[in-house]
Order: sequence, then C-alpha cells, then structure tokens
Amino acid sequence: MSEPQPRLDEIRRLIAAHKRWDLFFALLGLLALMIGVLAFVALFGQMVVDGLPRLSPDFFTSFPSRKPEQAGILSAWVGSTLVMLVTAATAVPLGVGAGIYLEEYAPKNWMTDLIEINVTNLAGVPSIVYGLLALGLFVYGFGLGQSIATAGLTLGLLILPVVIVATREAIRSIPAAIREGSYALGATKWQTTSHHILPYSLPGIMTGVIIGMARAIGETAPVITIGALTFIAFVPPAPVKAEAPFVSFEWLFSPFTVMPIQMFNWTSRPEAAFHHNAAAAGLVLVVMTLSMNAIAIFIRYRLRKKIKW
Amino acid sequence: MPDTFVSDRLARRKSRHVRERIIEFILLLAACVSVATTIGIVLILLKESFVFFQHVSLWDFLTDTQWTPLFSDAHYGILPLLSGTLVSSAVALLVAIPLGTIIAIYLSEFAPFSVREVAKPFLEMLSGVPTIVYGYFALLFVTPLIQMIYPELPGFNLLSAGLVMGIMIIPYVSSLSEDAMRAVPMSLREGSYAMGATRVQTALRVVTPAAFSGIAAAYILGISRAVGETMILAVAAGMQANLTWNPLEPAATITAYIVQVALGDLPHGSIGYQTIFAAGLTLALITLSFNVLGHVLRKRFRQAY
Repeated sequence: MSEPQPRLDEIRRLIAAHKRWDLFFALLGLLALMIGVLAFVALFGQMVVDGLPRLSPDFFTSFPSRKPEQAGILSAWVGSTLVMLVTAATAVPLGVGAGIYLEEYAPKNWMTDLIEINVTNLAGVPSIVYGLLALGLFVYGFGLGQSIATAGLTLGLLILPVVIVATREAIRSIPAAIREGSYALGATKWQTTSHHILPYSLPGIMTGVIIGMARAIGETAPVITIGALTFIAFVPPAPVKAEAPFVSFEWLFSPFTVMPIQMFNWTSRPEAAFHHNAAAAGLVLVVMTLSMNAIAIFIRYRLRKKIKW
Repeated sequence: MPDTFVSDRLARRKSRHVRERIIEFILLLAACVSVATTIGIVLILLKESFVFFQHVSLWDFLTDTQWTPLFSDAHYGILPLLSGTLVSSAVALLVAIPLGTIIAIYLSEFAPFSVREVAKPFLEMLSGVPTIVYGYFALLFVTPLIQMIYPELPGFNLLSAGLVMGIMIIPYVSSLSEDAMRAVPMSLREGSYAMGATRVQTALRVVTPAAFSGIAAAYILGISRAVGETMILAVAAGMQANLTWNPLEPAATITAYIVQVALGDLPHGSIGYQTIFAAGLTLALITLSFNVLGHVLRKRFRQAY
C-alpha cells in the first residue's frame, strides 16, 4: 500500500491550489468594490474641499452674480423646489394610477401587454430625448414656453416609469387574502383598492416616489434642452397674494433656473473662483439627493423587517 | 314597503357600478399617458427630422466627415458626433463591465452577509449622484490627475469623461447582474459543490453561465446608459465635433451637441434647431436597438428552473 500516498499528496496540493484561487477572487472582488468606494470618497472629498468654504447663509440667499464671491443659489434652489412641486403633482397621480390599473384592473389583453412593454422601454430612453419631446411639444406645441410648468411636466414624465414600477411591486407583495376578505364583505373593487391595497402599499410607493424625485432633482440635460436660462437674478412670482383670489399660478409660467443648471454654468466657466461656487452648489445637490435616497432605502429596509403577512 | 326597499338598493348598486366604471376609466387613462409619451417622442423626432432631411440628404448625413451646422460653411455629417459617442462609451464600458461583473460575482457568491448589507445600499447611492456632479469630478479632478502622469492631455478629453462615466455605470451593471446570479437556484450550486468544485469554479462555470441572460441584459443597459449620458460629456469632453478614435482628444458626442445648441439662442424652426432633432433621432435609434437586443437576448437565453 505505498501507491496511494503520493497521489493523495498530489490531490491535497491541487485542492490547496484551487482554494488559493478562491481567496484570490474574494480579494479581487473586494478590490473592485474598493475602487468604487475610493471614487466616491474622492468625488465627495473634492466637493467638500472646494465647496465647503463657500457654504454660508449668504450663499443660499443671494442671486448669481458676475463676482464669484457674491454669487449664490437663491434663484436655483427656489426654481428647483417649484419644479419639483410640478413634477410630483404630475408623476405621483399618473404613476400610482397607472400602477393600480396594471396590477388590479387590467384585463389580460394586447393593450395591457402594450402598456407594459412601453413602460419598460421608456425607462431606457435617454433623458435628453425627453428634453427634445418637451421642446417640441410643451414649449412650442402647447405654447408653455421655457417655464417651470414645462420643466416640471418633463421631469414628471421622465420619472413616471420609476413610480409605476414601484407601485406595481408594492401592490404585488400584498397577499390575495386581503383582497378576498374585502370582497367577501361586499366591498367593490375601488373600495378594496382605496381602503386596503393603497394603504398597505404606501411605504413601497413612497420609496419609488422619493427615488424618482431624487433623480429628477439632479437631472440637467432635459431641463437645458427645453432652453432653461443659466443666469436668472430674480425669483418667480409668489404663489400667495394679498388680494383675492389669494393664490396665483403665475409662477408656473415664469422663467427659471435649477440647481444642476446653476452648477453646470459655474463649472463651465474658466475662472477657478466660480469652480468653488460650483463645488458648493454640487455639495448641496449631492447631500440632497443622497439623503433622499437614504430615506428611501431606510423605508424599504424597515418595510422588509416589519411586515409579516 | 319591501318594494321600494329593493329598488332603492338596486339604484344604489347601479350608481355604485357607474362610479366603479368611471374610476376604472380614469385609471386606464393614467396608464395610457406612458404610451402617449412614447408616441409623442416618436412623432416629434420624426416630424422635425423630416424637415431636416428635406434640406440635407440622408447620404450626406451618414457619410460627411464634418459636423459644422452652426458655421456659414455648414456640413451635416453625423460621423464626428458618432465617433465621440462611441469612443467615450467604449472607455466607460472598459471600466464598468469588468468591475461591475466582478463586484456582482463577489456580492452574490463570496461576500459575507454583512458586507452585502452595506455594499448594496452604497452602490445604490452611487447611482443616485447627479451626473452633473460626476461631470465636475471628471473635469476638475480626474483630468488634472491624469495630466500629472501624462502632461500633454488636453483639458477637455474623452478619456476622463469616459472613465468617470464608467464609474457611474458600475452600479447599473453590478446590481442587475447580481440579481440574475442570485436567481440561479441553490441546487445548481449544491450540485457543483458536491462534485468537488471550489467556489471560484462554481461561480465562473456554473452560476455565471446559468445567469447569462440577465448579465447580458445588464451589459446592454450599461451600454445604452453610456450612449445616452449627457452632462459628464458636455462638461468634461468639450463641445467641438471631432472625428477621432483617440480617447486622448476632445470631441463632442451627440448628446453634448444637443446641449450646446440648447444653450445658444437658435430660433424655432431654423435648420440649426432641426439638427438637434435629427441628432436626437439617431441617439434614440441607437439606444432603441440596444434595448431590443437586450430583450431578445433575455428571451432567447432565459432558462426556466
């Protein structure tokens, strides 16, 4: 029995060699992940180093200016806020409605298939193409001009697929027993939907809406394409007035700028002083989008932990 | 009076029925908005491009090697914009596909639970950073960094824009690929381990081929993101159309050209205005064909377990 001994050694060596590959690949994976982390740290660090000194209360309350040290983002953040209002008012009802229709109402026919394929495809359309749609349709076709309404509608359409998909996933995770219980008590379809399906799917829908809004707030290309101005030294008219009827929708049709466009404008100037402004604006933008994403991830995380049907 | 009682209830049931139908119709309308959006995009792009192609022949558009629609000596050849788009996308994919795939395999097959719990949300956040911020990073951090090693690099170049775009695309590639790998049933892995395969062998020869359709779809999504990306290129790669295959040069992409025109003040209906729709149509056709290809790949190679 002297034959098997060397062969066993050989096998052990072979196994050890293969296990080394395991370790090597695990390290490689960690390294790849580290490259991503490193890039993010560099990006964020660069923003902080360049931009943090410029972040003062004045930066939020002054208009853009030819003098970099006096320039601020007042018109930009006001514009972004107003555009986001219109975006939410467009995307939330349409997206949630479409999601409910596709999950609860839609019959299995060619039209439903068409809508589904269409939603998937729209998610893959580059954002700048939405800008071209808005330029041809909203700006010149409907005569809305280069206004807050145009930008809000455009971004609303852009994030529509995100909201629809999130709504559908949230609704799909509700067990059929809930619906059956409601129907058994004589509720109609809409009563079942509005009293049971919608409340239960709300956290999931919220996650999708927040992620969509975070994306919309950082979108630059479609807003530039509709012809938003890069230098705006005024804020849109206030939505509340002293005399009747007290509310005014004039702001909807006002020219505007948004945070990412302001940042783009400062980035593309040659003077380094403006680059610091760009970094400061970028810092505000990154903190805003990241915290929105973090909230969305947190809601989803709690959702997964808490709900046990 | 049992009669009125019954008819009362019937009337209520009828009104309830009508209301239900109205609500269903409103929801259907909401669902149709997305179809209307697609139709709107197709119609607008075709309509304005149609006017454009009455001025410029399709042959010139596809073969002319100069793109100077805003100069007095106007040339309308899409090739320079196309080359910029292809070169920057190629650089981005050379970064995103290897790194994204390795990260996906690592997270799906190797990483302990705690690492995955932290890494997944982190990657998601990375994809949430606005692209204009990536543009700033490419122009004012990556380009100076490369210039330290290679001083002849111009301030605007396709290389750093492409590299940063690649980092931006990593999360798209890795998260979709990982989903595909995790959908591979455990029994396949168990079978592989039972035959004495190691983790690497199982990951590369069993799980990856089984998840091929999903991974291919992730790559295709990455490609179509890279082709449609705008702000990183508009900021860091310059806006001068330039027929080149060298990533060290500055060059405009299709998307950057659209931004350049939109920033200017072209009158509605001029030929310059229509060029951006022709450029947009080209872009939409490229991304559409990639999306269709992804769909076909997924259909053809999908394995049912």
